[in-house]
Amino acid sequence: MSPHPRDGRDAILGRVRRALGVGAEDAERRVAIQKRLYDHVRNLVPARTKGSADDLIKQFKEMLESQSAKVSEVGTADEIPELIAKELRDNNLPSRLRMGDDGFLVEIDWDRAPTLEIERGRSDGHDPVGLSHALVGVSETGTLILISGADNPTTLNFLPETHIVVVRAEDIVGPYEDVWERLRETYGERSMPRAVNMIAGPSRTGDIEQTIVMGAHGPRSVHVIVVEE
Amino acid sequence: MQSTAHAFKDNAARALEDRQLQEALANVPKGFVGKRAEARARLPEFDALRDQARDLKNHVLANLDLYLEEYERKVFEVGGKVHWAASAGDAREIVLSICREAGAKTVVKGKSMITEEIGLNDHIEGAGIEPIETDLGEYLIQIRGEAPSHIIAPAVHLTKEQVEADFRRLHRDLPEDRRLEEVDELVAEARSVLRDKFLAADVGITGANMLIAETGSSVIVTNEGNGDLSQTLAKVHIVVASLEKVVPTLEDACTILRVLARSATGQECSTYTTFSTGPRRAGDPDGPEAYHVVLLDNGRSELLGTDFREVLRCIRCGACMNHCPVYQAVGGHAYGWVYPGPIGSVLTPSLIGVEEAGPLPNASTFCGRCEAVCPMRIPLPGLMRKWRELEFEKVPPPFAQRFALKSWAWFARHPRLYQFASGLVIPVVARMAGKKGAFNKLPFGNGWTRHRDFPAPQGRTFHQQWRKQKRRRARS
Repeated sequence: MSPHPRDGRDAILGRVRRALGVGAEDAERRVAIQKRLYDHVRNLVPARTKGSADDLIKQFKEMLESQSAKVSEVGTADEIPELIAKELRDNNLPSRLRMGDDGFLVEIDWDRAPTLEIERGRSDGHDPVGLSHALVGVSETGTLILISGADNPTTLNFLPETHIVVVRAEDIVGPYEDVWERLRETYGERSMPRAVNMIAGPSRTGDIEQTIVMGAHGPRSVHVIVVEE
Repeated sequence: MQSTAHAFKDNAARALEDRQLQEALANVPKGFVGKRAEARARLPEFDALRDQARDLKNHVLANLDLYLEEYERKVFEVGGKVHWAASAGDAREIVLSICREAGAKTVVKGKSMITEEIGLNDHIEGAGIEPIETDLGEYLIQIRGEAPSHIIAPAVHLTKEQVEADFRRLHRDLPEDRRLEEVDELVAEARSVLRDKFLAADVGITGANMLIAETGSSVIVTNEGNGDLSQTLAKVHIVVASLEKVVPTLEDACTILRVLARSATGQECSTYTTFSTGPRRAGDPDGPEAYHVVLLDNGRSELLGTDFREVLRCIRCGACMNHCPVYQAVGGHAYGWVYPGPIGSVLTPSLIGVEEAGPLPNASTFCGRCEAVCPMRIPLPGLMRKWRELEFEKVPPPFAQRFALKSWAWFARHPRLYQFASGLVIPVVARMAGKKGAFNKLPFGNGWTRHRDFPAPQGRTFHQQWRKQKRRRARS
């Protein structure tokens, strides 16, 4: 790529330093900043994020429902196909869904719902239903954490009108901060997957007369399935 | 955009007489104010989080140079590119040249105040590239050729009847007899029109609610998903963000997130919060092939060394305007530039000069609600007062105004004379007002009486009433 005109990096940083009355070679400040970036100490975390596993699952569920998502609980993953097939039937939706290569989802015994047609890969905008597996569920605000990649393509989160998201009960945590801990374990310090999507219900807008309407651009409905084991 | 901030008084007078606008503005206190109060009540730590958020941003501002360097390094590491724009013009040129290199015909935009600030749409449109706003509110004002009237609800000044008329005028290829009376019908039509634009666009432009120095991520927060579709589907993603958006760590981002949505819409969290880190990776089936960040200064580095530094803590939630009696009365357009409400009254003179925006810091009753609700605890009334002082030095008010104030000040410093004079005048004025106890017309007071009555003094002066009360108490 050709260099852009008037790329003002040094001028801007120079002005910032003059305004702050600091120099570029400020070893003490640099050390303090590095420490903060690598220590990533937690700030105040609301007390509502503490509780037993059952408390957190209950909070996760209630929060999501208050944000207009539907939540179901199943004992094992193999109950998922029939649940989805029934859900689609009840809502007059085509018996067709799209998902990525996520191991947990792929290993489900889909033959239990033989009418269900399953397609794989990213969405081009013409799929009625998307299915994803959330890495984590955050109870403090009823928020799903979805990670980009072939396992769970980001387009499935936004293009289909109905989004079904599976989350394992053991992956439900209290605060957001626990998510970062999980990601650092997987991706390393100071690294992130390309996209981390926090999703807390269906897409909505209040831009006309502050009347809340679902399905502004993304899914009109979000159905979360919590799997106990 | 061309500012009309200097004409605030005329803008405000027109706004007060605009019936449709007044009808639409009635929605502001009904929705946002109550919902914020409820959200705050549900989270006992809310005010403590505000203190932390303030301290966090103060720490960032004191080390802004180093965090920006760290952020840039991390963006580079994941294959993105950071462009530094000293001015609005530089930022426009950088964005345009990226669009040109991508061979872009259309550009979809997520909601972004910073691209409003730099006047991006007109610039790329002038170069033959079509910009399409995809946040519903931004789309509504784009098709009307208007500016946003609120930073999170840009079309809050419109009624659904106005939106229906615009859609019928603009979406000509749809059947004429379709139903469009209800809000959900309007939203559904916008969704389908904009869906095609998302799928066709070559470049997606978003703002950023935060930039994370730890990981080089940009963060956007929306309820519609407009920013996500803009940045996921196009080949090129351009983030336009101002310098002060950077925060150190993901943990720090949590603190801001916990106060942001609650202050803005009263939600526990917005529907979508997305952390984007660089372009598409190996094996990633979607996401942009190129990831650019345009870091905008546009006067902020100068502000950093002044008393107005505190305004750089702003996270653009809109709580100050939602709670402002002046904003509630006249709406956002009267402020005449990009940022309305109390934050606009401080930020606009900082960014485009107090000579142009002098009336804005004066558009305040100093009731203090903006400061009371600001999640970042920006002392907005105090900063407005500072602008008034500076304005007084730069643009002294007219002689008549100064003379009146000086005379009053002289009397106020001579209490006996003050009491004597007011004792003479007040009963006369009270009698002139008659039974109504108020004036609907006053010489030289047209600015006040055009929209409301001026209450008349009730018989006697304060001091006379005080003495009378004291005597009565002494007797009883």
